[in-house]
Amino acid sequence: MHATIRPYWPPLIAGIALGLALLMTFLLTGHGLGASGFFTRLTAWFGGELARPTTEANAYLGPFIKAAVNPLANWISWEIVGVMLGALLAALTSGRFRLKLDGATNLSGPGRIAFAIGGGILTGFGARLARGCTSGIGLSGGAPLAVAAFVFLIGFFIAGIVISYFVRRAWA
Amino acid sequence: MTLPLYDDGVASGLLAGVLFGYVLESAGFASPLKLTAQFRFSDWSVFKVMFTAIIVAAIGLYATIAAGLMPANGVFIPTNYFWAMLTGGALVGAGMAVGGYCPGTSAVGLASGRLDSLFFMLGMVLGTGLFAGVFDSIKDFYLAAPGPEAQTLSDLFGVPTWAVLAVLMVVAIAGFALGTWFERRHGGALTAEQLNGGGPRTRTQRRA
Repeated sequence: MHATIRPYWPPLIAGIALGLALLMTFLLTGHGLGASGFFTRLTAWFGGELARPTTEANAYLGPFIKAAVNPLANWISWEIVGVMLGALLAALTSGRFRLKLDGATNLSGPGRIAFAIGGGILTGFGARLARGCTSGIGLSGGAPLAVAAFVFLIGFFIAGIVISYFVRRAWA
Repeated sequence: MTLPLYDDGVASGLLAGVLFGYVLESAGFASPLKLTAQFRFSDWSVFKVMFTAIIVAAIGLYATIAAGLMPANGVFIPTNYFWAMLTGGALVGAGMAVGGYCPGTSAVGLASGRLDSLFFMLGMVLGTGLFAGVFDSIKDFYLAAPGPEAQTLSDLFGVPTWAVLAVLMVVAIAGFALGTWFERRHGGALTAEQLNGGGPRTRTQRRA
């Protein structure tokens, strides 16, 4: 079955395809692609289910659930459903679907899980601070040449390189 | 016809998402090893794909406006809040270095069977909750140093958009050349075979 693994697209081809998908999204919706917005809404939804009064009173998450509308009823949720369908299709048709605990290569299972959760916490917090993530600010802010996107990307790459150095024994 | 269509319906979301997810998986971005290899300089796919995508979409938006099909303020442009953007970007970068994904690629990872991405998602929900919990006390920082609304590089430097695009293209070409040079020193960019249980990785790649 290893013989059936298809190679990845060359970065230039993948970049052009991603750029065209991003352009189409802008022309269709007036905004770009995103991802962290979905997880914000998911957090608001969990908050509403588990601790409604606290979440409603919260200055940041409150507005997402106050209107008595499901916070997940939004374009970004359908986009994320689409992302998963598209990625699943690509992985299955290329022999690249693998059910496994991937991640920090040199760590055992619990270590990988701890790293994944820890990294997720940093990312979740950071994406709210920046009002978006690599997709929502980096890519989708970058396309209309927003200053915000390039400030974000400078922070992203510098911190990524520095922190990567400190965790190199876990990952390399 | 005037663009954009401002269609935020279900079909629009699904279509944009399917294309996004299909391309990201095809680029190899379901693999946290490939994503984080960018920060170790051994695989420059993240830089190459993102920078190419930004330039292609930027040229497309510029051409659409220049052709009179869309008003210049037709699409959403985020406003810069310098410290929040820089710190937020740094935390997202740190999160990827530690956890292996960003929000979008964690969805791609999960769809291709990477179970660690589920824990990354759990972390993101916790991190978002933490942010909401301390929001009142960091609000001044969140709103510090605001730039002009929807400011672009063209506004900032006082040069026409085509000049910004030309500079970005030069940076991209230099970045591709530099990246490929680094990748060769590390035994080449990570392949689908190596990352999906194919042939054994060479010693140089293990070191990467």
